[in-house]
Order: sequence, then C-alpha cells, then structure tokens
Amino acid sequence: MRILIVEDEKETAHYIARGLAEAGYTTEIVHDGQQGLVRAVGEDFDLAIVDRMLPGLDGLALVETLRGAGKATPVLFLSALGEVAERVKGLRGGGDDYLAKPFAFSELLARVEALLRRPAKTEAPETLLRVGDLEMDLLARQVRRDGRAIELQPREFKLLECLMQHAPRVVTRTMLLEQVWDYHFDPQTNVIDVHISRLRRKIDKDFDKPLLHTVRGSGYCLRAQGA
Amino acid sequence: MDIRELHQATSPLRSRIFRLAMVYVGLFGAAVTLLVGIIYWSTTESVTRQIDATIDAEIRGLAEQFTQRGLTGLVGAIQRRSRTADASRGLYLLADARFQPIAGNLSRWPDEKPDAGGWVTFPLEFPETEGGGLNFGRARLFELGDRLHLLVGHDVRERARIAGFIGETLAWGLAGILALSLVGGLLMSRSLLRQIETVNAASREIMAGDLSRRIPVSGRDDEFDRLAGNLNAMLDRIERLLDSIKQVTDNIAHDLRGPLARLRSRLELTLMEERGTPDYRGTIEETIAEADSLLKTFNALLSIARVESGAPSESFVALDLSALVTDVGELFEPLAEEHELSLTLAVESDARIQGDRNLLFQALANLLDNAVKYSPPGGRIDLTLEIRGAAGQGDRAVIEVCDQGPGIPAESRERVLERFYRLESSRSTPGSGLGLSLVAAVAALHGGRLELDAPGLESGRQPASGAEPGLRARLSLPATA
Repeated sequence: MRILIVEDEKETAHYIARGLAEAGYTTEIVHDGQQGLVRAVGEDFDLAIVDRMLPGLDGLALVETLRGAGKATPVLFLSALGEVAERVKGLRGGGDDYLAKPFAFSELLARVEALLRRPAKTEAPETLLRVGDLEMDLLARQVRRDGRAIELQPREFKLLECLMQHAPRVVTRTMLLEQVWDYHFDPQTNVIDVHISRLRRKIDKDFDKPLLHTVRGSGYCLRAQGA
Repeated sequence: MDIRELHQATSPLRSRIFRLAMVYVGLFGAAVTLLVGIIYWSTTESVTRQIDATIDAEIRGLAEQFTQRGLTGLVGAIQRRSRTADASRGLYLLADARFQPIAGNLSRWPDEKPDAGGWVTFPLEFPETEGGGLNFGRARLFELGDRLHLLVGHDVRERARIAGFIGETLAWGLAGILALSLVGGLLMSRSLLRQIETVNAASREIMAGDLSRRIPVSGRDDEFDRLAGNLNAMLDRIERLLDSIKQVTDNIAHDLRGPLARLRSRLELTLMEERGTPDYRGTIEETIAEADSLLKTFNALLSIARVESGAPSESFVALDLSALVTDVGELFEPLAEEHELSLTLAVESDARIQGDRNLLFQALANLLDNAVKYSPPGGRIDLTLEIRGAAGQGDRAVIEVCDQGPGIPAESRERVLERFYRLESSRSTPGSGLGLSLVAAVAALHGGRLELDAPGLESGRQPASGAEPGLRARLSLPATA
C-alpha cells in the first residue's frame, strides 16, 4: 500500500511517515501543493494525506483538480482549521475524511485504515456482515451470534454495524461519534465507552470468546480470536 | 496622537466655543445695523414728508397773497414771514429776472438745478450772528410770470439732527453689544472648557495607567454629566474586560503549569526505567494521556475563542432542536445509568431554530456532563425542552438541565461562566473549568443566553435538611416560527 503525504511542515510529515511505516505502509513525502498534484495525478497511490494549507497550491484546490482529472484516490485532509464549516468545505471539495490538528497518531491510523479498505463505490453494498460467529443482516435488521438472535436498540444496531464494517480494524471514539451519532464534537467524558459496554454485555456476555475489544489509547475493534 | 499634544490646555481665544460666539456676535451686529438702518430711513423719510407738506402749505398761503394783493402783498408777506423764520425755520426768497434778491431771508439764489417738480436741496451758510456752521435747505422754486422767481423752503437741520442721533445710537449700541458678547463669549467658553478639561484630565490619568480613575460627575444631570456617565460606563466595561483577560491569562498559566510539570517528571522517571518493561509502557501511556488532556484544554480554549468571535450565519442551518435534544439525551442515558442516576427527558416536539448543530450538541453535552459529574448517586437529572412565547418577541426554545447536586452559590453563578473558574468544592473533580464558558459562548452566538439557578431553593423554600439545592441550567434560544 503506497500513501502520498502532502504536508509542508517537515516535522509533521516525517512523524506521520514514520508511524505509517511502522504500521507497514510505504509513504512518499511532498512538501508543496504543485508537486503533490503532479505526483497524485501521475502515479497510482492508494491514499493521499493532504494538508489543507499548502504553499504553491492550496490543499483544497489540489483535491478539486485531482477529482477534475478523474482520479478517485481516497484523500484524507489534515488541517489546523478545525471549524465545522471548514470540515464541510473539505469534504465537499472531494476529500473523503477530515482530521483536525493536533491529532493523536492512533486516530490518524484508524482513519487511514478505514479509507484504505473502503469498498469502491461501484461495488454493491454488502447486506450480510460477519465477524467470527457474529452475523448482521442489514436488510432484515437482525443480529445473531452462534445462531442465537440478539435484541439491539436502534442505536446499538448502528454502533455494531459501524464496528463490523471496519472490522477487524480499530474505530476511534470520534469516528464513532461522527458515523453513528452524526455529530462532530469533543466529549469531555467517556460517554461512548458506556455505550460500548452496553453493547458488549449483549454480544459478548454469554459467550466464551469476546469479540469486542478495547484498544488502549485508540478505540475499539471487533475481532474474532485467531483472525 | 502624541500625549504631549493632548496636554496643552486650549486657550479660551482658540476654543471652538469662542469662535462660535464670535460668529454669533457678527450676525447679531449685522441684524442690529439693519434694524437701525430701517429706523433711520423711515424716520428721515417721514421728516422729509412733513417738511414738504409745510412748504406746500406756505406756498398756498403766499399764492393767495399774490392773487389777492399782487406783488406788494407778496413782498409784504415774505418780509413778515422772514422775520419769524428763526422759530419756523422757513426759507423765503423773491428774486428778479436776473436772480437778484428782492425780498426774503436768503442772501442769494441757490446754484443747484431743481428737479421736475421744482424741488431743490442746497447748502446753507449761516452768518456768525446765528451761530455759523453749514446746513442744508430744501425748497421749491417758481417762476412768477417771466420777471420774478420765488423760492419757498425749509431748513432741514432737524432731519440732520435726528440722523446724527440715530447714527450715534447705532455706534454706541454696536460697541456695547460687541463688548458684552466678547466678555460673554469668553466666560462661556472658559466654563465649557473647564468642564471639558476635567474630562481631558481624567483621560490623561487613565492613559497614564490609572484604570480605576473615573470622570467626575457634577450631579446637575446636564449634557456633561451624561457624557461623563457614558464614558464611565465604557471605562467600567473596559476595566472588567481587562480584568477577565488578566484572570484568564493567570488561570492558563496556573492550570497548565501543573500538568506540564507532572508530564516532565514522568518522562524523567521513564528515562531511569528499563526499556520495554510493563512499567515503562505504562508510564509512557500515562504521559500520553496527560498530554492529551492538555491538548483538550487548549482545543476547548480555541473553540471558545472561535465561538466568541464567530459570525453567527456561517455555520448556521435550520435545524430540529427537538431531535437534537433527544439525541443528546439518548447519548448520555447509559452514562447516567452507570452513575446510578435517572435521566428523564421531556422534549416538546417540533422546536425549530437556526443554529450550528455541532456546537449546540457540544453545549448540551457539556451541561449533561456537569450534571452527571456533580449528582449524588440515586439522584435524578431532568432534561427538558419547551417553546415559550414572549410578549412582543418571537418564541424562545428553552432547554433546561436540572440536577440534584450541590449547585452553585448565587454569588458565583456569574463567575463560573468565566474561563477556568472552578468552585473550591469542585477542585477535586476532574474538569477544565471551560465547559460552562463554552455553553455561554454558544448561547450568545445563537442570540440566546445561559442562566443558572437552584431549583431546590425555589420560592424562598428552604431545602429539606441534607438535600442539595441542585443546579438548573437554562439555555434559551430564539426559535424560528
């Protein structure tokens, strides 16, 4: 997997590259917008991480041009402009995700992995999700584990769906807030954790092998043992 | 502008008020001159008409003498009248064809040409015996047949005397007006300048650093008092703002120094430990958590600053507040349950407002966060939304979060909205002291406000012993119809 990093702050760029290399990805660093556009259009990267404010060519203009050229490379925006309005602008301009600086590396990694494994838009969406012996039927809105039906509240269903879509990768608390609750805010306490432990009681309590794991300092993931 | 330049007290002569007074004097003088001119003109005109009437009457008298008694009668009458001329101021002269005097009290025929009506005005020289001097006479000239010329007239000494009198009056009057208004203008500008100078003096002291200085108010409740009142109110506000900035700066320094010091000593300890041991990892994880909480504080500070300086419209959309409040309630319900609290929702449906949904969500989350944090186990939290109509204004959407915690004493309810302000009693509870500041800022951005009170102390009723007064946070926002 090759990832293009377009970021003018050299320290940030190298810190991201080091972390992604640690996670097993190949990275290329470019420090200005025009160079970034040339590389992104000319080569096939699996993902581009683009800073919003760049010398030469602004990150937003870069992505708009990239999309204009017919390139569908997933783009993750990085920005010191954390306002919601800026976020909306970035996503409308062709970005696939938006992360405000400063960010935790685990948050970046979780979002990178989510973007890399996202199914292409042409693929038919899956209607049956499966993690180990846990099954979710999106059409019948039913959840079963080991053949036993599990009753879930609508929000718990959405939460589990989000985790299953990303499984076995980590989903961070902010990603859950964005994708399950559709709000973008900074919780002061562990509101999400409590929802997770409720869900955990329903899907893991009566079974030997837990599926829902907490990843310290990062988030949660659904993972069947040995998978 | 240089402060020294402001220091120069303006002299009364250079003041704008004095210049205005002088312009006024000029206009007033012109008006007086015009008035006196009209009086002069109408007076002399009426005197002239009177003289002309007298002359005409005399002519008729003399003409009668001439027709009844011929030239002898006429000469006799002229001589008679000339004798009493000193009192009547009449002028008479009968001259022959070569204008040589025959009878009358003039020594020679005047050289001036008469107008079409026979009227002529000519200079009169008085002999030394009659006091001398020069005067003017006004007369009518006739030809009697082709041999004789007759002049009947009047000296206009009276008219000249009246004119002179009026002129003199005008001169003295103008001089008086000028002198009085000069003095008045000076006095007026001095008194106004003194009042302005007190404002200037106070401003100079404030500029020199004495922010507690205020402009003295005389108590007369005039324009200057109102000006001073407004300036003082402005100064109060500036002082409060500066105080709160200072407070925030102090608090940032104080609240962030502790965690940074802890972070530093943790890293120092980690250096001493052996790499790769569980302790080593644990310490690093704790350090990251500490750094995260510092970043969280900075992010919260930035959000408040952004919200406070933000233009409302940018991120505003029409949104269903009822759904939003329900979402927040639903998000917090498990957390409340974990703290053995019952969270009760009473949400009126279809409350619509213009707003930023993420900021509103954050604000409500902060309120619920506080309620959960400060409620004793077994307590109850009420989250309500209702639409209240207000007379003369639009409807307001009122969201209330009520808890049964220790509440906030009345005297601190303003201060808890300040950044980093925390009650002594809550120092041990985790938190940044920024939550309510953000709620207040979000409320202000939406044209609403945040109010805090104690539901347990309502209507003067004392809470049952042992019961906490609780806290009611009321967020009221303008609703759209």
